[in-house]
Amino acid sequence: MSPSPLLDVRELVVRYGDFTAVDRVSFTLDAGETLALNGPSGCGKSSIALAIPQLRRPHSGEVLFEGRDLTELSERELRPLRPRMQLVFQDPYGSLSPRHRIRDAVAEPLKVQGRWNSADGPLRVAALLERVGLDPSYGDRLPHELSGGQCQRAGIARALASEPRLLILDEPVSALDPSVRAGVLNLLADLQDDLGLGYLFICHDPAVVRHFAHRVLEMRDGRLSAP
Amino acid sequence: MSDVVLSVRDLRIAFDGVAAVRGLSFDVYEREVLAVVGESGAGKSLTARALLGMVPRGATTSGQIRLRGSDDLAALRGRRIALVPQDALSALSPVHAVGDQLAAAVRSVQRVSRRQARALAVAALDRVGIPDAGRRARAYPHEFSGGMRQRAVIAMAMVNEPDVVVADEPTTALDTERQEQVLRVLAEQREAVGAALVLVTHDMDAVRAHADRALVLYAGRLSELGPAPDVLERPRAPYTASLLASLPRYARGRRLLALPGSPPAPGALPAGCAFAARCPLAAGRCHTEEPEPADVDGRLVACHRTDDVPHPATDLFDFQEKQPA
Ligand SMILES: Nc1ncnc2c1ncn2[C@@H]1O[C@H](COP(=O)(O)OP(=O)(O)OP(=O)(O)O)[C@@H](O)[C@H]1O
Ligand code: SF4
Ligand SMILES: [Mg+2]
Repeated sequence: MSPSPLLDVRELVVRYGDFTAVDRVSFTLDAGETLALNGPSGCGKSSIALAIPQLRRPHSGEVLFEGRDLTELSERELRPLRPRMQLVFQDPYGSLSPRHRIRDAVAEPLKVQGRWNSADGPLRVAALLERVGLDPSYGDRLPHELSGGQCQRAGIARALASEPRLLILDEPVSALDPSVRAGVLNLLADLQDDLGLGYLFICHDPAVVRHFAHRVLEMRDGRLSAP
Repeated sequence: MSDVVLSVRDLRIAFDGVAAVRGLSFDVYEREVLAVVGESGAGKSLTARALLGMVPRGATTSGQIRLRGSDDLAALRGRRIALVPQDALSALSPVHAVGDQLAAAVRSVQRVSRRQARALAVAALDRVGIPDAGRRARAYPHEFSGGMRQRAVIAMAMVNEPDVVVADEPTTALDTERQEQVLRVLAEQREAVGAALVLVTHDMDAVRAHADRALVLYAGRLSELGPAPDVLERPRAPYTASLLASLPRYARGRRLLALPGSPPAPGALPAGCAFAARCPLAAGRCHTEEPEPADVDGRLVACHRTDDVPHPATDLFDFQEKQPA
């Protein structure tokens, strides 16, 4: 057991105007653990996904990531932490800019974080694409020149380029065919074993959740229901 | 079997001379549900769009697609053949009320008054289970939930009672609960209208529940085509077997079966079978000659070694070794 969890969410409340989307939700997530968040659509799962990295500022509550309360940090203070928590969304095309070639989209986090050099940068990008089961020649393409599943995998490669500690996976595999899905889930499991990543896994497929998650939280109407 | 409503012969779709769909032939029968499954990037969406005469800009298409004998697909679109896309928002205009969009679809095809078109639109929304359809017809797409929007798109596809409805991953954007509801609505409406349904999906349970036949694609070609229960229970193409073997129910511990490597990119195809580099049965001819679809067991299978596919077919595969990080 690690001394403090990777993520410690306490009494999180997210509101949109008068509507309370997330109502005093608390949970912890350890490094190396997959926690699934389950529940009908509109129950607040995606609001939690956005509130953790402070892409949507919560109304109240604490979000401790590696021991620091993110809700108290300014945008500037958050910037260096953001790469460590990556979001992967369901919409295969939404997570990539339509104007950037796949290669550049995957390289961007390396460049922004000063981990790029022209000698092994391109090799690193090619290796990331291969890890998600994409032939590196797809690097030359624009997102709309890829199929839905290819695009989703490119988005995952980009998220991994940041070397995150925490991945927030919002339906990451629903646009993938079963064998590619299996490859991506195996890849995520390997990365977790090797690097101790923590996964908050939002997924509706019960078979996938049973297979992949260590723990499951059930949500309904913005609240966690008793396990 | 009933009559052919849609026939596809030697369909090829290429970008800059590189073929993504490579000589695909199949028929769709009246009132059947044909599931199209297969590897991501295999050309399912391109094929689905081609059926509606809607290939992306920059694509060159050859071959023949005939809907009730006519090949003017663009003219038949919305009338005899209609699309339910994955993303309902892309199918609806954000600036017009949903009911107006349906009514416009009706009037583009049927010679009816505005009033009648409106009534047909409301009835269509009602049939797909939109509560208080008369009132909701005046709402805009963004005022609908994801599940309702997808139903509205189904209503739109069905409103002119087409012969064929093509649905490309119609529920991928929804949660399981809604996926099932929306699929059920789609199946019921198809039945009511008497249309055939071409259903592109990654969901093998949906294939099992709704499809009469399954068409399995790999690298732009037919891999297997036959009655859905047969294809799912006893696949005769190694690629189909790999697709089934990768389902979580066959997982060993935390590992799922995932084929090593990736499908060849269009333009980087090997000389023989496109699946050879990943196929446990590949040998001899597989590396030199691309297999053509042939009759096997009441279905079409494109594989030189289909007789060697074991039963259960999952026995073909070893579980992938962990890759170095
Ligand atoms: N506009 C385009 N320009 C170039 N290549 C394209 C274009 N659209 C699709 N392709 C390529 O054609 C192939 C087939 O794409 P298609 O979208 O039909 O796949 P799919 O079977 O629907 O996959 P998925 O299950 O991932 O949605 C892919 O290799 C894709 O990269
Ligand atoms: S033709 Fe050969 S390589 Fe291709 S699927 Fe059949 S056995 Fe495998
Ligand atoms: Mg597709």
